[in-house]
Amino acid sequence: MPFDARRWPVWRQVTGKDLLGLGRTATSTLTEGRTARTATADRVATSICPYCAVGCGQLVYVRDGEVTQIEGDPASPLSRGRLCPKGAASRELVNSPLRELKVKYRPPHGSSWEEISLDSAMDMIADRVIATRDATFEEVDEKGRPLRRTMGIASLGGATIDNEENYLWRKLMVGLGVVQVENQARI
Amino acid sequence: MGSNMAECHPVAFQWVVEAQKRGGKLVHVDPRFTRTSALADLHIPLRAGSDIAFLGGLIHYVLEKQRYFRDYMVNYTNAATIIDERFLDTEDLDGFFSGWNEDQGVYENRTWQYRGGSVWAAAGQRTAPPPQGDGVVVAGEVPFEDPSLEDPHCVFQLLRRHFSRYTEEMVERACGVPAAQFRRLAELICDSSGPERSTCFVYAVGWTQHTVGVQYIRTAAILQLLLGNMGRPGGGILALRGHANIQGATDIATLFDVLPGYLPMPMASDSTDLDGFCRPHGGAAGGYWGNLKAYLVSLLKAYWGDAATPDNQFAFDHLPRLTGDHSTYQSTLGMVDGTVKGFFVLGENPAVGSAHGTLHRRGLRNLDWLVVRDLYEIETASFWYDSPEVAAGEVRSEEIGTEVFLLPAAAHTEKDGSFTNTQRLLQWHQRAIDPAGDRRSELWFAYWLGRRIRAKLEGQHRDRDRPLLDLTWGYPLEGEQQEPQAEAVLREISGVAADGSQLPGLGALRDDGSTSSGTWIYCGAFAGGQNQAARRRPHWEQSWVAPEWGWAWPMNRRVLYNRASADPSGRPWSERKRYLAWDPEQGRWTGPDVPDFPVDRAPTYKPPPGASAENSLPGDRPFVMQADGRGWLFAPSGLLDGPFPTHYEPQESPTRNPLYEQEANPARQRFLRPDNPYHPTAGEEGADRFPFVMTTYRLTEHHTAGGMSRFLARLSQLQPEMFCEVSPELAELRHLRHGGWATIVTARASIEARVLVTARVTPLRVQGRQVHQVGLPYHWGSRGLVRGDSANDLFPLVLDPNVHIQEVKAATCDIRPGRRADQPPS
Repeated sequence: MPFDARRWPVWRQVTGKDLLGLGRTATSTLTEGRTARTATADRVATSICPYCAVGCGQLVYVRDGEVTQIEGDPASPLSRGRLCPKGAASRELVNSPLRELKVKYRPPHGSSWEEISLDSAMDMIADRVIATRDATFEEVDEKGRPLRRTMGIASLGGATIDNEENYLWRKLMVGLGVVQVENQARI
Repeated sequence: MGSNMAECHPVAFQWVVEAQKRGGKLVHVDPRFTRTSALADLHIPLRAGSDIAFLGGLIHYVLEKQRYFRDYMVNYTNAATIIDERFLDTEDLDGFFSGWNEDQGVYENRTWQYRGGSVWAAAGQRTAPPPQGDGVVVAGEVPFEDPSLEDPHCVFQLLRRHFSRYTEEMVERACGVPAAQFRRLAELICDSSGPERSTCFVYAVGWTQHTVGVQYIRTAAILQLLLGNMGRPGGGILALRGHANIQGATDIATLFDVLPGYLPMPMASDSTDLDGFCRPHGGAAGGYWGNLKAYLVSLLKAYWGDAATPDNQFAFDHLPRLTGDHSTYQSTLGMVDGTVKGFFVLGENPAVGSAHGTLHRRGLRNLDWLVVRDLYEIETASFWYDSPEVAAGEVRSEEIGTEVFLLPAAAHTEKDGSFTNTQRLLQWHQRAIDPAGDRRSELWFAYWLGRRIRAKLEGQHRDRDRPLLDLTWGYPLEGEQQEPQAEAVLREISGVAADGSQLPGLGALRDDGSTSSGTWIYCGAFAGGQNQAARRRPHWEQSWVAPEWGWAWPMNRRVLYNRASADPSGRPWSERKRYLAWDPEQGRWTGPDVPDFPVDRAPTYKPPPGASAENSLPGDRPFVMQADGRGWLFAPSGLLDGPFPTHYEPQESPTRNPLYEQEANPARQRFLRPDNPYHPTAGEEGADRFPFVMTTYRLTEHHTAGGMSRFLARLSQLQPEMFCEVSPELAELRHLRHGGWATIVTARASIEARVLVTARVTPLRVQGRQVHQVGLPYHWGSRGLVRGDSANDLFPLVLDPNVHIQEVKAATCDIRPGRRADQPPS
């Protein structure tokens, strides 16, 4: 395309009504041909920012089964559409190539990660829980009072996951007699 | 105070700026000048670890200048209540209250009780000593009070005396804050409180991460009650929490000492009889906790369903028992000592995120097995081949026997569920896409792990497995991955009646087994069969309180104790600060919020004889969770380290306690063992080896210990490197060069960081000497796109006795120029 000085953004900015260059003069032929990812999404899910506890509203745009954009939700009375640098980066949080996709397993004294199936991992973990619980189970204390617990297993975490997940996890731990269940509330 | 809101909670900070535009004043009291200070009308630097002396100074000012909101204070707080005359104050015992047991290192709180009555606390250590002689369990009215506030044993007089030496001169000595600056703030707060105005306090972990953290909050609570700033619009003490669901995880509850809804977890020493357990835990007290049994039985029904019957005390014996503190740091020591053998870590990173990282990593190395569930391979998963100890050659991978499972987790966009934000607001997030590969939600993991273990144990018919096998575990499964339905779990949490209908709210809960609710404070979150947390009516379509966005516990109340926004007769304290008011014609409380009070309870209500729980509180007692319905200036129960807050020095301090012979909180939790050394404190031999105060903090561009930010390119580019913040004076003293390296040294670890020389951490004059402070962000570790040493490695384990939170906001250190000695070749 031959150079046309009248299409040059600075020329249009100076000669037009957009002196600060915040409106249409900021566009070029190239950018005018582009479409926002928010416009081409198949659907939008309503969501909440996963970082701090302010709880800013998010809109998650999906196309072809992929999260293509995450924006602040203007309808939220808390955040009014705004996100901080972390919230604005949350598309990368969920799409990063550094994110783990497969189970990694390190045997005792091993020198590298090994790949095992999710099904095997779940079965092995269930076996470990049963074995450790049985080996360390305390029915009663030294005065004969009931304890019904194991002190051989501990759990940590909960502040980054959902209420429903915390509830179900604690319920399982109570059933198993695992009392050392803790989360980030103390850090 | 104790928060850098503009930096750490920037989107919420827009409301502070809005308030400033309308004439509000922002004061930032913080050791460092930060982004919050930059926008504040007044910034007051103080020595890290001296906030109780500062707030105590404000209380002293309010009392001596008689600037308290008298009508509010006399009616709505326990100012007039008479305390047992055997009570002795820290002024009498030079830093101790009566009841100290030197041998056991704990307080016995019998002498802290109300005269003639024992009082159960709404939070914390809930039990109270049984009443003595003619004493009663307080439910509503208290046995003795003096509304003239002149009795020397009334709370008001005890409070005056307790804080009598917290003068502006003392504030200057203890905190390094000049008296004139302090006075300016005191006048501003008083002028901004009362019927026409309100002041609120915002804090974060700058207040909690101390050996007296709970008492920091208590000091602010006393001040706010004196000034009438609780339960009123624009008032309160607002905690800014750091994780998306830290509030929900606390409520629901992945904490060892509470069951969902802050129900106490039974101890082995408690009665095995359900009634015998409920009564001493507040079940006989006034206020809503008087319904403890209904809340607990409803939880037991949610857990164990048909297996929880009146005949077996609703399976109360299925609950495991505690025998002491089983908090996370105890578990870590259990790993080091070999008693804890298996460890689940769900979205947390203790290898760099908790105090004394060296000790945590040692614990991880000593486990039989470890399950880490996270989005990324964080330090807690990689400790066996990538850690400071492995890098330094202290341990080799092959020597580490821990079996490690790293299971990829689903992100918030890949699952349905609710987060509870820092103001108790449940908000639902939708599953936008299914998780790929082996990624799964924690809901999936909990459900399927439970199902597998149950299947393996079912045939064995062992008594110990009954609590597990009796759990209700029938959740509908969805999709290819057989994901449990999150809404079905929320329905269980909210609760159902015997006929299966969703309960409207916590008032419907019964102690006869006819109702089930997994978390009584969340009861009503699924009222009417609707997911109330998923409501998203735009703010422009509703009132400024926005009650139709999400759902706040309890009962969608947005301002707690909002009955206090009206005077005892039910009229607003002022039109300007109108919120709730009693409408005598309708016979109900009206306003833009849900009343935090029985809606049809008249201000003139007097409890009939024998009334219990909330019905035992008169109609002019707004603090409905308290046994006497009043805000506590004096806390007779609930706290393990005193009924009043007292200034104590941190475990490690550069100065001696200017107020008492007793240096630090006598009830703090210490761990005296060789792998957890403490520095000598001021006045002790060797204290000058660690002459500076260090404090940790956060940056906008990173999240806590970095597990959700260091792996992201954009955030890593914005804050690429660990640094330490020092003043020009300290830089000169220690020959530190801006942009160069420094090594920060403690008895626990040495870490290196780039030097940021700035006037933002100004040295303070404290007790006649200059105190330098070192600021340390704690976002880094050995993994991710940007790496650096972990500030948490520097700190010892020393905890607040009430909540077992570590002291990482004030300790001592040395700082030297250059990199650490064991720096690997780059």
